[in-house]
Amino acid sequence: MANFETREVTTDLLIVGGGMAACGAAVEAAYWAKKKGLKVTLVDKAAMDRSGAVAMGLSAINQYVGLKDGQNTLKDYVDYVRNDLMGITREDLVANIARHVDSSVHLFEKWGLPIWKDEKGGYVHEGRWQLMINGESYKVIVAEAAKTALGTENIYERIFITEPIMNDDKCVGAVGFSVRENVFYVFKAKAVLVAMGGAVHVFKPRSSGEGLGRAWYPPWNSGSSAYFTLKAGAEMTCQEVRFIPVRFKDAYGPVGAWFLLFKSRATNGMDENYMETRKGELEKWVPYGKVKPVPANLRNWLMLLDVMDGKGPIFMRTEEAINNIAAAYKEDPAGYKKKMKELETEAWEDFLDMTISQAILWAATNVAPEEAKSEIAAAEPYFIGSHSGASGAWVSGPEDLQTDATKPVYFWGYAHMATVPGIFCAGDASGASIHKFSSGSHAEGRIAAKEAIRYCVDHPEAPAVDAKVVEELKARILKPLDIFAQHSKYSSDPDIHPEYIRPKMFMFRLQKIMDEYAGGVTAQFKTSKAQLQKGMTLLQFLKEDSEKLAAEDLHELMRCWENVQRMWQAEAHVRTILFREETRWPGYYFRTDTPTMKEDWLAFANITWNPKTGEWIPKKVPVLYINDKL
Amino acid sequence: MPSFVIVEKCDGCKALDKTACQHICPNDLMVLNKDLMKAYNREPEMCWECYNCVKICPTQAVEVRGYADFVPLGATVSPLRSSDSIMWTVKFRNGTLKRFKFPIRTTQEGSAVPDGGFATGTDDLKSPVLFSEPASSGMAAIPGLMK
Ligand SMILES: Cc1cc2nc3c(=O)[nH]c(=O)nc-3n(C[C@H](O)[C@H](O)[C@H](O)COP(=O)(O)OP(=O)(O)OC[C@H]3O[C@@H](n4cnc5c(N)ncnc54)[C@H](O)[C@@H]3O)c2cc1C
Ligand code: SF4
Ligand code: SF4
Repeated sequence: MANFETREVTTDLLIVGGGMAACGAAVEAAYWAKKKGLKVTLVDKAAMDRSGAVAMGLSAINQYVGLKDGQNTLKDYVDYVRNDLMGITREDLVANIARHVDSSVHLFEKWGLPIWKDEKGGYVHEGRWQLMINGESYKVIVAEAAKTALGTENIYERIFITEPIMNDDKCVGAVGFSVRENVFYVFKAKAVLVAMGGAVHVFKPRSSGEGLGRAWYPPWNSGSSAYFTLKAGAEMTCQEVRFIPVRFKDAYGPVGAWFLLFKSRATNGMDENYMETRKGELEKWVPYGKVKPVPANLRNWLMLLDVMDGKGPIFMRTEEAINNIAAAYKEDPAGYKKKMKELETEAWEDFLDMTISQAILWAATNVAPEEAKSEIAAAEPYFIGSHSGASGAWVSGPEDLQTDATKPVYFWGYAHMATVPGIFCAGDASGASIHKFSSGSHAEGRIAAKEAIRYCVDHPEAPAVDAKVVEELKARILKPLDIFAQHSKYSSDPDIHPEYIRPKMFMFRLQKIMDEYAGGVTAQFKTSKAQLQKGMTLLQFLKEDSEKLAAEDLHELMRCWENVQRMWQAEAHVRTILFREETRWPGYYFRTDTPTMKEDWLAFANITWNPKTGEWIPKKVPVLYINDKL
Repeated sequence: MPSFVIVEKCDGCKALDKTACQHICPNDLMVLNKDLMKAYNREPEMCWECYNCVKICPTQAVEVRGYADFVPLGATVSPLRSSDSIMWTVKFRNGTLKRFKFPIRTTQEGSAVPDGGFATGTDDLKSPVLFSEPASSGMAAIPGLMK
């Protein structure tokens, strides 16, 4: 085995991940841990200042309910989320996050995040729930508070977490390795809070050359959360509910400001507005087809119908929107000029704060948005339970938001704890509670952290870690290095070898399977039982070959495990689409053999991998609402 | 080549124990060639063009060239980030130049206090009220189910 020192860290609460949810968890946990004399440790694969999906910055806070000013009620938010996800929503979780999210936003502002203000000092809204920010340093600011709360001595950066450490059915820590030095890390903990984001590059991206990394979702989140909870034997939910955003084509610049703030339309190559010409289609998806705003996946679907009919390209009518807004200033040339300048700045900031590539693409193609329309397109599928997809672990709701009917099904002791004792989840790691975004993920991290500390207080016994289990994990995790060291000299090109596969080609193989059989871009997001079964056959070969992954160095070792994680996310996805025999989110995926929404599938499709037997067990769980009590 | 390093400008962060670009890249892409003492992007096709290496480099040695497989040549987008604002220069393929300046934070670097100055309203670990609440929510109490 490769020669790695083993370093042990014993703590009470271990936070894995350093993104929005983890930073929320850090500030909250630090407070309660200090009171209770407990220790909190955080591990991130990157540098917290700029890790996770907010690494580049953001131009909006997408969840703000405005409870204090009575702008909206909790019920308003829950209704919006439920409808957007075609009924499949854990309202107890959504309401729990929504009642705390404004708190997180107010903290961000105190910490120094510039939130746009109107003349009266109120927040400027992009849409009903969204606030405009100057968010280039959003993550830096949020991480700063988290680091101050925890103390840098309790933070481990550049450690890639792979597996949970289990003791029977209980999680007692996590293992990982440094990507900077040959050190294998063993974190022993009473509770682990999982916040390692979602997954990208499970499906083949549209761009396949140098632009491979320009997915909408950042290439560094590889399904670590899903893998961790799956391997621990936790029940997972909504594994079929991936997210496909419609964005400016190729560079995936955000469209939110254009649709919501500038009130832009999108039209096809024949100048038709698919939201009007395809309106009749919405009837097929009632009651959700009738709600306002039209659910994201149905908007996608109407657009995709145009694309499939060859009516593309689809354009964002930027020129029309800008001129409509400016028209109000026709009589006032100075005001007009000022307004145009303001709009131009807002439009560019939207890109520069969160998708700089789009600014490069517009500059490289000489786009003047006030003069010419710009193409938009559906991206590839991603797993991001905090945004408009819903995949993640199945977690307990809070006790005080349960009704008599929901409590036996949705509550088991600690809010946002997975079905495995000691594992808490937040952000992309927890499922069935979409539309948390950056702010709600932070709030959920806080909620879960407080509960995790309570769990540590209630379960004070030291984590019982079996040394033999750790040795086995170490050998397995370092194996790709051994394989490379052992075999690479045999062929004159170390990339091509009959005994092993390097992680990049392994990733391409996974992406090809998912793209073609599980409804990726090439398959126009369509799949069927027969397609999925074929995909499963190929995934099984891939899984066998994952034992033959080879890594030349630490960086590549990380790439090996990232792709194993993606593969597990893929399998959970394919199995769950197979299980749900209907089509409910046509703009996310369309099952051609079961093309309609079915009454008896107004239910969660959960799935568990059994660590003892290796079996996958799907399960239907009722959807129960609390909205009439909010 | 997404992010790339201009050889002449990179000084390898003066051989300090970790280089700035390597420290910050969320995808572990930037590395230092120790023989040449120059940094490079080891996997350009896994680069998100997040510009974090560009913003952090003390010698402005890192730039981004748009993904060659779909971006025409000739444009540049360059940031200059200070402690409270960022200035962007956007150069179009046709030569047009645009400059934008945006604030990035309203407080001093390093001054973020975890509770934001909001008083703690509960001592109860079992209560759903978080440590800065209800003050940070702006409400008298955190709402729950109607009785
Ligand atoms: C392109 C894009 C635009 C968005 N726009 C907005 C917006 O305008 N407004 C808004 O509010 N929200 C927006 N969001 C959503 C928001 O970014 C997410 O909801 C939020 O970041 C989720 O938080 P998280 O903590 O779950 O994951 P992340 O913030 O992604 O954090 C994941 C963390 O886990 C770490 N990690 C991953 N794997 C491992 C591992 N194996 N070991 C150790 N650490 C690991 C990462 O380094 C990172 O620190 C956007 C998201 C994307 C992708
Ligand atoms: S941060 Fe700049 S100077 Fe330092 S190693 Fe990287 S490219 Fe070179
Ligand atoms: S632009 Fe971002 S992803 Fe690319 S090398 Fe620089 S820091 Fe890494």
